[in-house]
Amino acid sequence: MTRVRRWLPGLLLVSPSIILIAVFVYGLLGWNFKLAMTDKHDEIAEIPGNFVGLENFTGIWSEERWGLSVRHAIVFTLVFVGGALVLGWFLAFLMEKGIRAESGFRAVYLFPMAVSFIATGVVWRWLMNSATGEQAVGLNRLFHYVGLDFLQWQWFRDPGWGMAAMAIPAIWQMSGYIMALFLAGFRGVPEELREAARVDGCSEWGVYRHVVLPMLRPVTLSALIILGHISLKVFDLVVAVSGKQIITDVPATFMWTAVYDSHDPAKGATIASYIVLSVAVFVVPYLIWDARKGKRS
Amino acid sequence: MAAVAVSVAGLLTLSACGGGDKQESGGGQAAHKVEVFSWWTGPGEADGLKAMREIFAKQNPNFEFFDAAVAGGSGDQARALLSSKLQANQPPDTFQGHAGAELQGYIKSGKLESLNFLYDELKLKEVFPQQLIDQISVQGQVYSVPVNIHRSNVLWFNPSVLKGAGIDGAPKTIEEFITDLDKVKKSGKIPLSIGSQWTLVHLLESVLLGSLGTDAYNALWTANADWSNANVTKALENFKTILSYAGSPQDDWQPAAKQVADGEAAFNIMGDWAYGYFHNPPEGGLGKESHKDFDWAASPGTDGTFMWLSDSFTLPKGAPNRDGAIAWLKVAAGKEGQDAFNPLKGSIPARKDADQSLYKDYLSWDLEQWASDKLAGSIQHGVVANDQWRQAITDAVGLFQQDNDVAKFQQALVAAAKNSGQ
Repeated sequence: MTRVRRWLPGLLLVSPSIILIAVFVYGLLGWNFKLAMTDKHDEIAEIPGNFVGLENFTGIWSEERWGLSVRHAIVFTLVFVGGALVLGWFLAFLMEKGIRAESGFRAVYLFPMAVSFIATGVVWRWLMNSATGEQAVGLNRLFHYVGLDFLQWQWFRDPGWGMAAMAIPAIWQMSGYIMALFLAGFRGVPEELREAARVDGCSEWGVYRHVVLPMLRPVTLSALIILGHISLKVFDLVVAVSGKQIITDVPATFMWTAVYDSHDPAKGATIASYIVLSVAVFVVPYLIWDARKGKRS
Repeated sequence: MAAVAVSVAGLLTLSACGGGDKQESGGGQAAHKVEVFSWWTGPGEADGLKAMREIFAKQNPNFEFFDAAVAGGSGDQARALLSSKLQANQPPDTFQGHAGAELQGYIKSGKLESLNFLYDELKLKEVFPQQLIDQISVQGQVYSVPVNIHRSNVLWFNPSVLKGAGIDGAPKTIEEFITDLDKVKKSGKIPLSIGSQWTLVHLLESVLLGSLGTDAYNALWTANADWSNANVTKALENFKTILSYAGSPQDDWQPAAKQVADGEAAFNIMGDWAYGYFHNPPEGGLGKESHKDFDWAASPGTDGTFMWLSDSFTLPKGAPNRDGAIAWLKVAAGKEGQDAFNPLKGSIPARKDADQSLYKDYLSWDLEQWASDKLAGSIQHGVVANDQWRQAITDAVGLFQQDNDVAKFQQALVAAAKNSGQ
């Protein structure tokens, strides 16, 4: 009886969320995977859809649009994650030196986080207008004014590197947050350790290289996970900047057209499954690593 | 703690949904309310809807009009919401849809009631053009009432840019068009302005029609269509050549049309909603003068053919207020309703007996063409191809824009026709 009294209240407290998550997250995930393994290629209710195994998962790779959207997602992820990490780290590095009005700068850099991707996208669509020369507006016009005409380019309409341009607003938005993470990381390095290194004859660069950076590894990993999963399922930013155009197609926009324009539920579910799996590739190793660490300590 | 927060958030969402439901069922209980679902929220179209609504109120004092409009130009958001409502078997009393193949998904899944009884009662087959009835019938049944007609194959041009390039008038054929594009290019202006991806599909339909001719174009959408023949190849080659003269893509059709109005570009192919944008006073339009600042003609090679698209209203099965919906459809189909709506929206009535004095400038030309031309249906705007087919064509155009490979483009179009299930 006493033992029951020990665990029952806690269980009761968390059970609503356990049930909700079980049904609305994992239940629907399972339903989605099940749908992805059927041939229900029409949303008409009377067609139940037969089990076809992994046919949809392999078949989609022969579609040119899918290959393109995957390539776009990879380019976007590399540029966005890399850019936000480097810029965020650099901003934190500057702040860490104890500049004047630090909290003011911190707020300014963090502000973009408060804006939704949709609003960011609408503004950047205008900034990244692809018109050049006399008709240029936005950034291209700015380049024109300051005499840097050679910097004008097509931005997200560039056939080769358009997705890299698409990553710029995302970097703008998220690097402040990454800065805050790194700043906390920097502050977590005890001053005594730096002192000790200096006493041992380490240069200032050496202090960073051998003492501070290794201690930032957990923060970097967290930042990588956070950025990675945002990046792989990016949808709102792309839609706000360019709409549903092939030139900036990513898996999430492809999924939207598959479901709502082509009325093909099985294909939409297949793409959704791939998005979940790609995020899982990022998140699951982290969770395992985190759980092990928790056990050790 | 986090878990508690999650469950609290979950409960909040649930209760929010509950609130929404209650409101909706409250609306259903008021038996006289007629829920009309549309995407007419922009300038012009919302005014037109209001004018029709006033006529409806006058004729049906016992019904109350309930405006369930969802914003968003081509109805993307509206249709996503609509399809979830229909799947949950909670249809509005009547909803807007492009007349033609776009409704096929709804028809196949049994969501719509046939309107043949209404056509018979109101003798609509006599007032709508026969070809229109043929093109929107599915196995002898008509499922919607067209309120308006827009024209897709219009070539907009800037007369002074043409003069500057030494061009006398609008090109009549695709070949002339290509020659003219080249002349404009040499004069240093943008030959053809284009917008985002969908405007290219819009351009493609005009080029296909202009290259193939009306009968061959219309045959593409029948059961034994042949997309792989040499004529289609030629048409796609033309499309490629024309695209090579295009300026850099703009964000949407308006900035592309504006390039023509501003004298930066010579030509633009866009539907006739562009007229309102050119002509209306600033805020809603550019305030340009027709025949002077801008001018129009049938898109090259399509003179004598009217490529049409139409907004229409339907009767969903299980509409909560079926009588109210039918009363609305009668207003939408009637002469008074169409003549109230169309001058404001900037389109022409589908009926042949419209009051011609209400339609001025472009619209009077439009009305004249509608009365005399052969008809062909639009791809982009949901007339000839169902959603799956149209999406496959859109994808093919998007990929073609990247690699300019005509052979692959044609293969994709052949596959699209085969897999459309239409």
